[in-house]
Amino acid sequence: MTVTTAAPALALSGVSKRFDGFPALDGAHFSVREGEVHALLGENGAGKSSLMNVAAGLYLPDEGEVRVDGVVRRFSGPLEAAACRIGMVHQHYKLVRALSVAENVMLAAMAVESQSAAGDRSADKVGTTASRAALRTSYGSRLARIRALIDDHAARLGFSIDHRRAVHTLSVAEQQRVEILKALVTGARILILDEPTAVLTDEEATRLLQTMRTLAAAGAAVVLVTHRLRDVREHADRVTVMRAGRTVAECDPRATSTAELTELIVGAAAPAVTRKAAAPGVARLAIRNLTCRRHDGFEVLANLSLKVRSGEIYGVAGVGGNGQTELVEALLGIEPPVSGEVIIDGVGDIAMASPAARQSIGVAAIPADRYRLALAGTLPIADNYGVTRVASGAYGSVLWVDFRRMRQEAAAGVREFDVQGVRRIEQPAGLLSGGNAQKLVIAREFASAPWLVVAHSPSRGLDVRACADVQRRLIDAREAGAAVLLVSEDLEEVLLLADRIGVMSRGRLVAEFDAPVDRQRIGQAMVDHA
Amino acid sequence: MMEFLIAWWANVPEAAAAYALAALGLLLCERSGVLNLTAEGLMLVGAMAAMGAALQIEGYPGMALVVGMLAAALVSLLFALLVVTLRVNQVIAGLAIVFFCQGFTQLLGVMFDWQNHPVPGLLPVRIPLLADIPIIGRVLFEQNGVVYLIVPIFFAVQWVLHQTRAGLRLRSVGENPEAADAAGVSVPLVRFGAIVAGSALIGLAGGLLSVGGVKMWFPDMAGGRGWIAVALVIFARWQPWRALAGAVLFGCIESLVPRIAAAGIRVPQYFMLMTPYVITLVVMAWTAWKGRSRSSEPGALGQPFLREERR
Repeated sequence: MTVTTAAPALALSGVSKRFDGFPALDGAHFSVREGEVHALLGENGAGKSSLMNVAAGLYLPDEGEVRVDGVVRRFSGPLEAAACRIGMVHQHYKLVRALSVAENVMLAAMAVESQSAAGDRSADKVGTTASRAALRTSYGSRLARIRALIDDHAARLGFSIDHRRAVHTLSVAEQQRVEILKALVTGARILILDEPTAVLTDEEATRLLQTMRTLAAAGAAVVLVTHRLRDVREHADRVTVMRAGRTVAECDPRATSTAELTELIVGAAAPAVTRKAAAPGVARLAIRNLTCRRHDGFEVLANLSLKVRSGEIYGVAGVGGNGQTELVEALLGIEPPVSGEVIIDGVGDIAMASPAARQSIGVAAIPADRYRLALAGTLPIADNYGVTRVASGAYGSVLWVDFRRMRQEAAAGVREFDVQGVRRIEQPAGLLSGGNAQKLVIAREFASAPWLVVAHSPSRGLDVRACADVQRRLIDAREAGAAVLLVSEDLEEVLLLADRIGVMSRGRLVAEFDAPVDRQRIGQAMVDHA
Repeated sequence: MMEFLIAWWANVPEAAAAYALAALGLLLCERSGVLNLTAEGLMLVGAMAAMGAALQIEGYPGMALVVGMLAAALVSLLFALLVVTLRVNQVIAGLAIVFFCQGFTQLLGVMFDWQNHPVPGLLPVRIPLLADIPIIGRVLFEQNGVVYLIVPIFFAVQWVLHQTRAGLRLRSVGENPEAADAAGVSVPLVRFGAIVAGSALIGLAGGLLSVGGVKMWFPDMAGGRGWIAVALVIFARWQPWRALAGAVLFGCIESLVPRIAAAGIRVPQYFMLMTPYVITLVVMAWTAWKGRSRSSEPGALGQPFLREERR
C-alpha cells in the first residue's frame, strides 16, 4: 500500500505552539506519505487539532518547520496552505448554508486560484485542478466547470450529490461530503480530516472511511484526526499517537493491540467501569403512548411507551435519527408531544409541564448538544453552574443574588467533578473543551443528589478518560438509587451501562432486552425494523 | 372615472421609483449582512444635495442626481465606519445616522437658502409612438428618464448578485462571514462596498424626490418614505423583484392619497397620511406569519463580524 518516495508528502518536525503561555504543542512531529491513510490519535486537548491547524496554515508555529514534498514552507494563512494543495475538513464546517453546493465549492475555488495566481513564483505550485486561466472566464462557464468537477469527484468517490441543493437542506454527513469535495476541487492532495466520524452514525462513518481509502488509493495523503480507536484499527495504514502536545509513538495499528494503543493515548491503562448488580425499585418514569410530530406533520415518535425504575439504567439504542432526539426533547420539555403521558412517580403527568417545572421535581438533564441546550457559552462558569438553582432561592431572593456563594459552590463542584481547564471560575463556559463542558453540565445537574436522570449521548465527542468519568457518574447515580434514562447512538455505551435496553426504530420501541444481552440480537433489532 | 384612474396611474411610476430604488439599495446592503436603517436619512441627503446641485449648475438634472448619489455614498461611509470597522450596534448606528441627516440637511438647506426654489428638474420623456397608446401610453411612456431606468437597474443588481464573483462573495458574507473569511474574502471590504453602492441608490431615490418629483426642496421632504423602504425589504424577503412589486403597491397608495381628497371624498387628512404605515404594519405581520421558516433572511443580518484570532 505504502508508496515509497524520497520525501513524505507532508512532514512536521519540532513544532511548538503556545497560547497565552500555555503550551498546546511541545516539539511535536508527524509525517504522512502519498497513498496512505494516517491516523493521528490522542485524547481531547492532546494537540492533534492544533498540530493539523499548523499544517493547514491556521496557526503559525512558534518553533519547528513544515515541509511539503521535502520543501520547507511557511504558511501565513490557510489559503497559502491550500495553494500547496493541503486541504482540511474542520470539525465545524465552513459552509455558507444558504448557498448551493456548487456555489460553496466555487467560493473556495475562487480564493485558492487567486492565491496561487498571486503567489505563483515557483513552478512547482502550478497544476491545481482548476487552472489560473479560469480566473478570466465568465461566471456561468466557471460554475458549469465546478459542477462538472463536483460530479466527477463524487462519482470517483462513489457517492452522488446534487450540486444545485442549498447546503442547509443537506444532512450532516452530506455537508461533510461537500467539505471534502471543496478540498478536492481546489486541488488538495494532502487531505486532513479533523474528527470526521464524531458527528456521523456508524454506517455513515464506515462509508466515509471507505471514501478515504479510495482517495488514498488514488494517490492522496489522508490524515485522519480521531480519538476513536475503532476507526484507526479498521481503516488506517499507520497511526501517530499524541499526548500532552508531544508525539509519543508512531506504529502500525494492525500490529498493535488495543490495550497498547489505549496506554499510549492515556499514559496509563484506561479505568475500567465497575458496577454492582442492579437493585431496581419502583417505576419512577413511565412514558405512555408518547407521540410527537415534526413541523411538516411527520410522525417522529409513535405511541412510544417505556418504564424506568429507580436504581437502574434504561438504555435506548438505535441508529441515529430514529426519534431519539425527539424523545429526549419531549422529556426535557423542549418540544411538547402531540399526545401521550409522561408520568413521574408521586408527581403525575408532566408531558405538558415547562422545563422549569421539570427542574423543580429533580430531573437532571444532560442533552446531546451541550453548547446549545445546556450552557450559555458567554456567561461565566459560576453562573452556568448556579443558574438552575437561582429560581429555587438557593442563592438569595428575587431581589438579591448571593454571587459569592454561587462562586464558592461552583468552585467546589468544578473540583469534585474534575472539570479541567478552569483558570478562573468567572471565565466564560464556552472556553471549556467538549469533555470539560460536559463535566460542568453533569456537575450542575448532579449538584443535589439526582433522582431521575435523562442523558442523551453523554459521552459523544469525549476522549477515553472523560468518557469513563461521565459513565462513572451515571453508574454512581444509579447506585445511589436514581432512575437513569440513557439515550445513546453509541451501542458500546448502552451495552456497557444499561441494565435494560430498548431499541428504537422509526419512532417506535421495537424491542426490549435485559442485560447482559448479545449485541448481535440488538443489532438485528436495529436493522430489522429500519 | 376613467380620467381619475389615468391621472392616478400616471403618477404611480414616479412615486414607485423612489421606493424601488431605496429598497433596492437597502437590499443590496442587507444581503451583505448589514442591517441598514439609514434610508430615511440618506434620502434626505440625496434630495438636498441634488437640489443644491440643480440650483448651482442650472440645467443638467442628470448631473444633479449624480451629485445626490455621491453625497449619500459619502455619508454612508460614516455608517460603514461605525458598523463595519467599529462594530457598533447596527440598529443604533442606523438610527443615529437618520437623526443626524435630518438635522444636517435642514441646517445646510436653510443656510444656503435652497428652500422653496422651484427648478425645471427632470422632465418627462415622451417615447414616440408608444406614448400614443391609449391609457398605457400616458401611464408608462411619458415618464422621466430615471423611471425608464428602474427595470434595467433591477436586472443589473439581480445579475450582479447571482451571476458574478462579486455577488457570490457578497451573499456569502451576508450568510456566513466566518466561512467567507475562511475562503479568503475580506468581510469588511465587501460590506463597505455593499453599503456605499446601496447608499448611492438610496441617494438617487432621494434626488428623484426633489429634482424629479416636486422640483423643489423643503426640510424633511422624504416624509417617512425611507422607513417604508425598510419595511419593503422585509416584505420582499430580500428578493429584488418582490421589492419592486412592493414599491409599485406603495406608489399606488401614495399617489392615490391626494387624489381622493381632490375628488371631494371626505376622509380625515391624518387618516390618509397614516395609511401607508398601517399597510406597512400589516404587511410586516403577514410576512412574519407566513415566513416562519425565516430561510430567506440573510443568515448574518445585523451581526458584526470579528475574526477570531488565535494565531
